[in-house]
Amino acid sequence: MLGTNIKRVSRQGFISFWRNGIVSFVSVFVTTVTLFIIGTVIVGNAFLTASLAELQDKVDVNVYFTIAAPEGEILDLKTRIASLPEVKSVEYTSREQALQNFTERNKGNTLVLQSLQELGSNPLGAVLNIKAKDPSQYAGIVTYLEKQNQSTLSGDAAIIDNINYSQNQLVIERLSKMIAGLEKLGAFVSLILILMAALVTFNTIRLAIYNSRQEIGVMRLVGAGNSYIRGPFIVEGLMYGGVAALLAIILLYPATLWVGQTTSSFFGGIDLTKYYIANFLQIFVLLIVSGTVLGMLSSFVAVRRYLKV
Amino acid sequence: MLSSNNMISFEKVTKIYGDKSVALEDVTFAVAPGEFMSIVGHSGAGKTTLLKMVMAEETPTSGTVFFDGVDVHRIKRNRISDMRRRMGAIFQDFRLLPGKTAYENVAFAMEAAGRPDDVINTDVPEVLDLVGLSNKMWNFPNQLSGGEQQRVAIARALINQPDILVADEPTGNLDPVNTYEVVQILKKINDLGTTVVLTTHNRGVIDFLGKRVVTLDRGKVVRDDPTGKYVL
Repeated sequence: MLGTNIKRVSRQGFISFWRNGIVSFVSVFVTTVTLFIIGTVIVGNAFLTASLAELQDKVDVNVYFTIAAPEGEILDLKTRIASLPEVKSVEYTSREQALQNFTERNKGNTLVLQSLQELGSNPLGAVLNIKAKDPSQYAGIVTYLEKQNQSTLSGDAAIIDNINYSQNQLVIERLSKMIAGLEKLGAFVSLILILMAALVTFNTIRLAIYNSRQEIGVMRLVGAGNSYIRGPFIVEGLMYGGVAALLAIILLYPATLWVGQTTSSFFGGIDLTKYYIANFLQIFVLLIVSGTVLGMLSSFVAVRRYLKV
Repeated sequence: MLSSNNMISFEKVTKIYGDKSVALEDVTFAVAPGEFMSIVGHSGAGKTTLLKMVMAEETPTSGTVFFDGVDVHRIKRNRISDMRRRMGAIFQDFRLLPGKTAYENVAFAMEAAGRPDDVINTDVPEVLDLVGLSNKMWNFPNQLSGGEQQRVAIARALINQPDILVADEPTGNLDPVNTYEVVQILKKINDLGTTVVLTTHNRGVIDFLGKRVVTLDRGKVVRDDPTGKYVL
């Protein structure tokens, strides 16, 4: 009995999807736009997150040590910093390495190289390059470093010559505020967009069913039960969502291609199309699920109004 | 009056719509099984409201309506469809499902009642043949004339072999020839044992039938003749 009913309801839903061509077309079209927006928001958020992460990665703090600082103490400090929970990575550049990097950088500049040779000894100190997990944590790390330096100061000579944080402090603070703000704004805009698109779809499907309100009354009078009447409409809603999800996923591909090409010149970091293809399955499942749920739910709610006969 | 022996019985039924207009006032009557009863009256006399009460489409302001001994308005909402499957209904405006063919319209009533496919496949063509539409089974309602649409509606009303047929001005939109045919069909159905309740404006129909006539005037039963003529 249940099997027969499911079969009948599915068949009726399919037939009326097919016969109400224009209504189905409009509903699928609107749902496609909605799902396209949802897809864009997902890919866009990935894009934003990746761009911000890259920007964050560019922020770091360099600790320059004095020439006299013993390597053992520096490495000791390095392990202590690395154990801090806020720190993402610490990179040690020895004096020799620093000199090599310096010469490498100034290869063409004979004046610099000559003066370096004249100097005889290596004028560069060792460097620790510190990256924090979050830009807002640099202030804390730097304070810690300064305290460490003072505690060594009491015994020995200070080993830290300079921390380039104070020069960059303003930029880092601004950037960290901007990143936090952008993330919040991104989430807010996404939410509003998705909500608006979902409401438009909901109302379109409601209008489509408003067209059938008299039929629903007739079905009641002929003795059809509520779930039997509702079934085909829910199947139709499911089909709107399913077809729209397929269309949206197809449309997203050229869209990511285009956006990727136009923005690669100034971002360069993330390849949108690659991201899209790599996460294709997740995006596809998400669109299918949100499309079908939206379609079915809209139908369910819309039919309920007209079942009161 | 014993409600359990009657197919339909109204006991002191009053219906007042929200704007204080009285549609039915203290209406009491009964329809025995197998009876053919016509209800006549001017527009607005309360005929349609009365039939809507039978179908549980409207609830009375006071009084009780019984169908086969059961208070229609005490039936739970999800059981109303069971009751309606025991009633066949036809209307002045046919009320076919426009998106379904004649065949599908009739089959829908059987499917909704949960009848098996093989029974549907044999019964539907048979009933459509009975009302003379075997060659238009696959036409949509908008491809049928008024008379043909009403015959599809009758086929749909009969397909589940109801105990009672409720007909709300079924000939109101039809020409004299189609009117005559529809009334012939109703009479035949009644001869085969189904109770029929008919509302009409049509004097010719009443005089042709020569059956019981209840006359409504401004919501009240003013006349109840066992073999009535159309008097207003």
